[in-house]
Amino acid sequence: MEIPYTVEARPDTGLYNAKVGIWLFLSSEVMLFGGLFSAYILLRVGAVPGTWPHGWQNLTLGTINTVVLALSAITTLMAWVACKVREFGKFKFFHACTLLLAVTFLCIKCEEYREHLNHYEIYMKDGTYADGDMVQNDAAQDYIVIDGRYTKNEMDLYDLRSQKVVEKELKIPRSQIQDMQSYGPWHNDYLALYFTLTGLHALHILCGSVVIGYLWGPGRKLWKTDPERFTNRVEVSGLFWHFVDLVWIFLFPVLYLT
Amino acid sequence: MSLKAFHLIFVTFLTTLSLGFAVWAFLSHKILFGLLGIVAVVLVIIYGVYFLKKLKKMSYL
Repeated sequence: MEIPYTVEARPDTGLYNAKVGIWLFLSSEVMLFGGLFSAYILLRVGAVPGTWPHGWQNLTLGTINTVVLALSAITTLMAWVACKVREFGKFKFFHACTLLLAVTFLCIKCEEYREHLNHYEIYMKDGTYADGDMVQNDAAQDYIVIDGRYTKNEMDLYDLRSQKVVEKELKIPRSQIQDMQSYGPWHNDYLALYFTLTGLHALHILCGSVVIGYLWGPGRKLWKTDPERFTNRVEVSGLFWHFVDLVWIFLFPVLYLT
Repeated sequence: MSLKAFHLIFVTFLTTLSLGFAVWAFLSHKILFGLLGIVAVVLVIIYGVYFLKKLKKMSYL
């Protein structure tokens, strides 16, 4: 039995079925990300004045990732166009580019996560704070070493936009440490939202890459038997990829610029 | 909505983001990022026009 409307448009919707399916799926995705964006707005508006973090993200890496995703949207479109004009060689090239860009995005995201997880806020017994990147944390030693700074006011750690932070290597005896915590999702609301939103987004990039990888690899066999249907599959994967890119266009200013 | 139409929406948002990024960067005294934003706006608009011309015959549905 043949599956109907994989190529030709269904009379009542005017679209082939996979396209209707992907738009229904993307609608549910809008609600998923919309809920998380709402959580962000509510938590930010409800935060104690002066305690919402600013300037905590690596702007250079965030900007590079935005460029990478923008380029991947273009290569995805080009891959679909190549299928439409029956140039399979170009399709393979553009989809390979998309995959490479996706891997680049994920690598940069991993580096950003590593930076956050290696950054510590240390509350000292004398009431001051030390803040910086962990250099040495050997349990056998009675001290730790960070690349950072001391401050008496915790508020100094929240808004980094107008500060010129001078970091130096600090050797801190463990006996002086009251508490210390890395900048993971457990640290505060902002980082919890940052890791949730970007983690979910990165998961979408990963899943999209698997689909694109399948179409580029084993799935390409369909091109020989039914090129029109294959082209539709490429379009559907491209619609998903564009949605994921569009989500990043909202995430970037919200998390990196405000 | 076809990939062509969605791509057009994406390019529109990307242009807005680039412009907003440039303004934000200049207001934050990050001149290099501001210039990057301006270059991005110009490139994205040029690309948008090229893309529309190239895919003139393709459907928006």
